[in-house]
Amino acid sequence: MSKYRKLLAGMAIAVTLATGPVAADKFGLGRPALPEEVAAWDLDVRPDGTGLPEGSGDVWTGDELFGEYCAVCHGDFAEGIDNWPKLAGGMGTLDHEDPLKTVGSYWPYLSTTWDYVNRSMPFGNAQSLTTDEVYAIVAYILYSNNLVDEDFVLSNETFPDVEMPNADGFIIDDRKTAEAHFVTEPCMANCKESVEITMRARVLDVTPETQ
Amino acid sequence: MTFGFKNRKPSRRQFLSGAAAVGAGAVAAGTARAGDPLITEVQYWAQGFGEGVDATPYGLPIEYESDVIRRNVEWLTADTISSINFTPIHALDGTITPQGCAFERHHSGAIDLRKEDYRLMINGLVDTPLVFTYADLERFPRENHVYFCECAANTGMEWAGAQLNGAQFTHGMIHNMEYTGVPLRTILEEAGLNAAGDLSDKWVYVEGADASSNGRSIPMEKALDDVLVAFKANGEALRMEHGYPVRLVVPGWEGNMWVKWLRRVEVSDAPVESREETSKYTDTLANGISRKWTWEMDAKSVVTSPSPQSPITHGKGPLVISGLAWSGRGAITRVDVSKDGGKTWETARLAKPGERMALTRFYLDTDWDGEEMLLQSRAMDETGYVQPTKAQLREVRGLNSIYHNNCIQTWWVKASGEAENVEVS
Repeated sequence: MSKYRKLLAGMAIAVTLATGPVAADKFGLGRPALPEEVAAWDLDVRPDGTGLPEGSGDVWTGDELFGEYCAVCHGDFAEGIDNWPKLAGGMGTLDHEDPLKTVGSYWPYLSTTWDYVNRSMPFGNAQSLTTDEVYAIVAYILYSNNLVDEDFVLSNETFPDVEMPNADGFIIDDRKTAEAHFVTEPCMANCKESVEITMRARVLDVTPETQ
Repeated sequence: MTFGFKNRKPSRRQFLSGAAAVGAGAVAAGTARAGDPLITEVQYWAQGFGEGVDATPYGLPIEYESDVIRRNVEWLTADTISSINFTPIHALDGTITPQGCAFERHHSGAIDLRKEDYRLMINGLVDTPLVFTYADLERFPRENHVYFCECAANTGMEWAGAQLNGAQFTHGMIHNMEYTGVPLRTILEEAGLNAAGDLSDKWVYVEGADASSNGRSIPMEKALDDVLVAFKANGEALRMEHGYPVRLVVPGWEGNMWVKWLRRVEVSDAPVESREETSKYTDTLANGISRKWTWEMDAKSVVTSPSPQSPITHGKGPLVISGLAWSGRGAITRVDVSKDGGKTWETARLAKPGERMALTRFYLDTDWDGEEMLLQSRAMDETGYVQPTKAQLREVRGLNSIYHNNCIQTWWVKASGEAENVEVS
């Protein structure tokens, strides 16, 4: 983060110099947003819990709700059905071939799960759950990943107690340094001794028919 | 008595002469022994009327081009509501993608939102939170820019090996349009940014009106630089599937950030770390650690013809090898083409000088000897970045990154003119 902040600061100065300070003439367009309008749309929740409404829900209530609203795609145990997202399992697979990325194995912040369930789920009937139902469903997803006990109650107060296993599993884009060697003078002749075909798409045959 | 084009009826004269048989002209064109009947016989289109104006109030491609369409790969996703399809880049030329065949990516389906029902809210760390209507947006000074929009997952199915047999499927999660819109900077300044204080560590969170929301966090520096709140593409209203009536345009950055049906921009002091920027659109390396905030699209190119869906049908002799190149970090400066799988390269001709964060068309006008080729293209951008091979990418990133695969593509063009997606050593 610190490295990125420095980078951003440098770039922001350049922008300001190039285009002048951010204090332009206004056009007088639009109208003030009313507090109830902002409250209706400003639903996002940050990693530190900023934006979480008051409320709570327990694992067993979440189990029932999950069965009713979520299991048709995500399975009774959040294990996923067909191609629909698996929400549980996959611990320790991130460095394997075909890692299984779930809320438990991959998602770094609990806020993301709460925010997404609240804003976009159930699929096809978004924003139909009450605040307490969202807490309960998220509690059940945590339980399905063995991250909380069966008597756990998730609330805006217990939210900070939950530790996400892959919280430290991310680095900020390092392509500029890790892939600096791609800035180079390209080879034009005698670039390699021989060329062999090592894999063919037609052998795999997963391309849709287009004729 | 006249004959219209519509029913393709042969004239009485053609019928009597026997020249009306389907394909009769095509055979004669090459041999010309007895004169090509398409030339020597009067054709119905040269005699009767075509369609009058207004026959098609909004024109569609002629029926003979009906295979030039977006296509889906069904096994990729569980449902078309949250899915993606592919631009038929193998059959297009130039650089502008017609809206009607530009790829679609929805997370909760393409919604039907009228201009009259459209609202854009600016809130968070601004002096005055504001609400704009569509009509309000049209009263701000606006700009025109051509930009490519590439899904971060374009070519993502090819990480582990050559999978899909066609440029449409390997590289078709991209389109390139001329956008008309208002700089996001103008709209943020209308709400006032004094409340945000030092802008160097601030962010905007942008979200759509659809059920998925597809919220993404964008650093303020980018938001104030070149991001557009766009309402026209290629001169006309956005299509529903591309965010009608208003979408965000984030030049050079991954398509997921180009939020459709844009409804809210929140100025904040930290990223939200939404679903789309944590669980998705992050790139897992071989050691299990994942890169996040990989916004820029690396320099990339592909030969669009010949390619598996666009084989050589004319035999040896003059051949136009053509393709597309682009970079999220600026303009394409050069494209090289190899016919031997990367042993030797020759520099292609750019149709026009590269433009920043827009598709560039390249051509290699060549004389094909009829022998098989391992056809590749390699783009360079204004930063000096050279498009890497798949092996070079795997060395750094392993096989599990899913996103941001900008490797050099190989088409095995056989003596028959057919082409296949392959990997080479």
